[in-house]
Amino acid sequence: MTTSASPRHAVTASPNLRLQVLLWAAHRISAVVLAICVFVHLAVIIYAVRGGLTAAEILGRTSGSIAWAVFYGLFVAAAAIHAPLGMRTVLSEHFNWRGRSLGIVTVLIGIGLAFFGWRAVYAVVGAGPA
Amino acid sequence: MRNDFRARGHSSYLAFMVQRVSGVALTLFLPLHFWALAQALEGEARLDQFLRWTEQPLVKIGEVILVLLLAAHMAAGLRLLALELLPLQDWHKGMLAAATAFSFAAGLAFLLNLI
Repeated sequence: MTTSASPRHAVTASPNLRLQVLLWAAHRISAVVLAICVFVHLAVIIYAVRGGLTAAEILGRTSGSIAWAVFYGLFVAAAAIHAPLGMRTVLSEHFNWRGRSLGIVTVLIGIGLAFFGWRAVYAVVGAGPA
Repeated sequence: MRNDFRARGHSSYLAFMVQRVSGVALTLFLPLHFWALAQALEGEARLDQFLRWTEQPLVKIGEVILVLLLAAHMAAGLRLLALELLPLQDWHKGMLAAATAFSFAAGLAFLLNLI
């Protein structure tokens, strides 16, 4: 540390710290996107459940809609970033889980949520009524 | 402080725990939600069959709890973002009250439309 040109240089040289800052920023940025998406989602579901849900009503709203595809696609992407990072924090702080295995599990949760989430978006937007 | 029960009874600690618990619950629920929506891949009738299953009272109660958790997680998260990124530390109790009010309002609106 004493041989470093400046303390700032020494701090920014740590890849682990850079990763922590990156993950913190990703968690917060995805939270802002999710806040907007969740607000819209809550409004839609509160409106949609009036009189009961039917497949025709759901698919009638979403099928073939590029706007809903973009909205829910973005919603899934933000959730697939935000949720695993939140779980990572919980697993680390409450169960003292650290290291590469935690990183692998975090990435796998994210990939799983993205895959199944986008598949669900395709189901209600792309596939449409049978 | 770690073992001080007074810290755990503090409203900010309760907000912290609500956010943690709701976040974990929502993450565990997401795969089920995605699976349910993916029923549409097998046709409108298959999705309708699943939706009829959700008409059970216990499932409806679960849905109301999930809406409450979603609203609470969002509101508590916005409060946390405001505390971290904006100079609003003096407003933390007001934001906590607003987050709680928003969560219950969303849950109640959903419940009233559901029944």
